[in-house]
Amino acid sequence: MDIPLSALFGGIMIGAASIGLLATLGRIAGISGITWGALAEPDRDWRILFIVGLISGGALAHTLFRIPIPAVPDGPVWLIVVAGLFVGIGTRMGSGCTSGHGVCGIGRRSIRSIVATATFMLAGVVTVFIVRHILGAVA
Amino acid sequence: MRDWPGLLSGLLFGMGLAVSGMTDTAKVQGFLDLTGEWDPDLMFVMGGALLVTLIATPLVLRQRPFFAAAFNLPNSQSIDRRLLVGGALFGTGWGLWGYCPGPAITALAYGSFSTVLFCAAMLIGMWLADKLKVNVSQLDP
Repeated sequence: MDIPLSALFGGIMIGAASIGLLATLGRIAGISGITWGALAEPDRDWRILFIVGLISGGALAHTLFRIPIPAVPDGPVWLIVVAGLFVGIGTRMGSGCTSGHGVCGIGRRSIRSIVATATFMLAGVVTVFIVRHILGAVA
Repeated sequence: MRDWPGLLSGLLFGMGLAVSGMTDTAKVQGFLDLTGEWDPDLMFVMGGALLVTLIATPLVLRQRPFFAAAFNLPNSQSIDRRLLVGGALFGTGWGLWGYCPGPAITALAYGSFSTVLFCAAMLIGMWLADKLKVNVSQLDP
């Protein structure tokens, strides 16, 4: 099997960004937490800057490395709203997402984060299975 | 002005998400489609990120952070219903549309209204989760 280098290097950049934040501000690079905190927590400035960086960083990478912009998914409005609500409620309730639990939490060997990551990965796999192979077969 | 490392970290994080393919929802759903034509590429995103954090986190935690008095780390270790239900809900939403929070925010730069709508619903969901938590805890004797 070929190792997909863009995936590997992209992952290393994500890991380095997380370590950078931990080493400088002493914070976990958990994006659901940072996003919520940028709106609702007292210590907002670094979080707002992180979000600004996130949006500009993606745009910069596409320009700099000439990566084509991926297609944005297409679907009914209710599906977008339901999916967004589930991601919002779930990450807040479970105290983290792919970055906070999956990259930073496992990185500091937190059992809680390993369990959380296994749970949302499994739920994602089950959801895609139902949508593509059960509902998709019916439609 | 000690907050600028937040900007740099966000910048590198966003670049990593775009380079790795995490903002490509077709790729994300292909990765989650274990029983279909499985696309294993995104495993290497997590692999690459964990390679760095697993090695570097213990080293970083030995000293103080450069621009803060102390580390600000979550200290909960409990594996409770909130963690599991929250994880299950998040994973379901992730599978349905293909964005987890980081890629969703990064993809705002692609200028599609559907992504703005997704992010708005996500924020409302976060607000709802906090609201529900408060209400549930008020029910406790």
